[in-house]
Amino acid sequence: MMPGKPEVRRALFWGVLFTAILAGLIVVGSRNLSHFDAALVGYTFAVLFALFGIVYRYAIWLQRPPTAMYWKQGWQAFLAPRHLISNLAHWVGRCVTDIALNRFIWIRGRLRWLAHWTIMWGCALAVGITFPLVFGWLHFESVPGDFDSYRISLFGFPTADFSVHSLFGFLLFHGLVWSAVFVIVGVMIAMRRRMRDEGAAAVQIFAEDFLPLVLLFAVSLTGLLLTSSYTWMKGYGYDFLAILHAVTVIFTLLWLPFGKFFHIFQRPAQLGVTFYKDLGRRGESATCRRCAKPFSSRMHVEDLIRVEKELGYSFEAEDPIGHYQWVCPPCRRALFALAQGRMWHGPGSQRAPGIPAQGSSHVNPGLGEGPLGEEDRENFHP
Amino acid sequence: MPVPEHLEFFIDPNRCIGCQACVQACAECDTHRGYSMIQLDYIARSESPQTVPIVCMHCESPTCAEVCPADAVKRTEDGVVQSARKPRCIACNNCVLACPFGVPKMETPMELMMKCDMCYDRTSVGKKPMCASVCPSQALFYGARDQIERQRPRSRPIHRFLFGRQIIVTKVHLMVPFESPVAPMDVIAAFRETVIGHVFGPNFSAETMVGGGK
Repeated sequence: MMPGKPEVRRALFWGVLFTAILAGLIVVGSRNLSHFDAALVGYTFAVLFALFGIVYRYAIWLQRPPTAMYWKQGWQAFLAPRHLISNLAHWVGRCVTDIALNRFIWIRGRLRWLAHWTIMWGCALAVGITFPLVFGWLHFESVPGDFDSYRISLFGFPTADFSVHSLFGFLLFHGLVWSAVFVIVGVMIAMRRRMRDEGAAAVQIFAEDFLPLVLLFAVSLTGLLLTSSYTWMKGYGYDFLAILHAVTVIFTLLWLPFGKFFHIFQRPAQLGVTFYKDLGRRGESATCRRCAKPFSSRMHVEDLIRVEKELGYSFEAEDPIGHYQWVCPPCRRALFALAQGRMWHGPGSQRAPGIPAQGSSHVNPGLGEGPLGEEDRENFHP
Repeated sequence: MPVPEHLEFFIDPNRCIGCQACVQACAECDTHRGYSMIQLDYIARSESPQTVPIVCMHCESPTCAEVCPADAVKRTEDGVVQSARKPRCIACNNCVLACPFGVPKMETPMELMMKCDMCYDRTSVGKKPMCASVCPSQALFYGARDQIERQRPRSRPIHRFLFGRQIIVTKVHLMVPFESPVAPMDVIAAFRETVIGHVFGPNFSAETMVGGGK
């Protein structure tokens, strides 16, 4: 019998399914394990466990009411036939600017961007090289009659040949060295910030903020030591270093579903949010039931009312409000102060039904002091 | 380090004089350097000079965190609702729209919600938040409960608020009359009200101030 609540059972199902698919692909892609390197079996099982954990957590996460709302509405917005082509173009653009270039982190800070960008691409390069090798999907074999050349075999299908002495060969065989250098540069910058920035120091915690950096550094350093051992030290301590490297990598893989690394899988959701917001802008605006000014989209407010009900909140109010979600954020702030004033001075002057309130406004509407940007201008309608 | 239990935040919008010292000081905080998180509003600019400073009330069950699809908003054990965690926030705007006090701000180009975190870099080491340390009228007060009770004998702090049928309990306190009912403050009760105190409309005269002022 399957354990736990329905959402747990669903998450277990998806976790097992994805793990089984990967295991099947490993068998198929390595040609019935004929290209599978038995020495790397520890890595394989760590990846399978990590995949199960990631899919399980992702499936649980997707079932939370607000996440489920965005998941469903985001896909509907993206796949809407009328906007599919422009959405696809937009998606490619956002993939480049947000995911490949990390533009939003560039705006947060140049050094933060450099740290994240180097760590991200270092890890992506390492994963791109090692995972197919470990799974037996990528395989090198000598070209018959030419001992100076290798043939790349992908999923058992022979592809290109290259000389081991070529620049391509040098770059390829040292791919993990380049990735380690990238990661170490990023880790050093990030570590420096965590040790010197008082804002970061106030909220950081070891398991969430330091451990990932320590793990990435350990993986990169032990990897570089392996290369140093066989390149310059005639294999000195190679066996020990190989075990040490495996331990650091396997621990990192097992940590993927639990800590900060999980943001790698959550983060792409920001692309779905964009399409949801675009759809909202094309539709009707929400109108504040106190000041009668537009704020955000009607669709977003209605979705939030549903989400809040699912979460057990009861912000329902008597007409003409209906639900507190129909009051714009500036009017919520005004009501809070007016309610306090009412306790001190008794009921004040009242506006007639149907006449909108003037609505509050920022004392200092400058960017950074009042609203932070265009979206806040819409939220707070200055 | 957690915020010391004996130090609490008390706000009293009635005392606000709109000087904007809090707005400027807020931007000096290291956790959101350069960005002011306090919301300082005119309630109805053409009718009254009354201003309202709103900081995060740090709810016990924060709506902003509950509606966050990315689990980006976390409440630490000392009851402070932290600003969105940078790796997780996907800038969906849910928290901004859901907060019953209208507190969070959205920095869309950074893909990040930012909000008052009670100057966690300061309060977690026993210092006052920036806004409370510069507020000349002490509309924003941070200190021990016995201190504010001694200084303001006509007031008492409350931290339970009613929005429709929903009661929200907060870490930050609002000062209300000492003899006021113990029930949660009904925020929506003020829905039809326009301004607090005197109205500077076309019929305003010095006599009305002198004669009717309290």
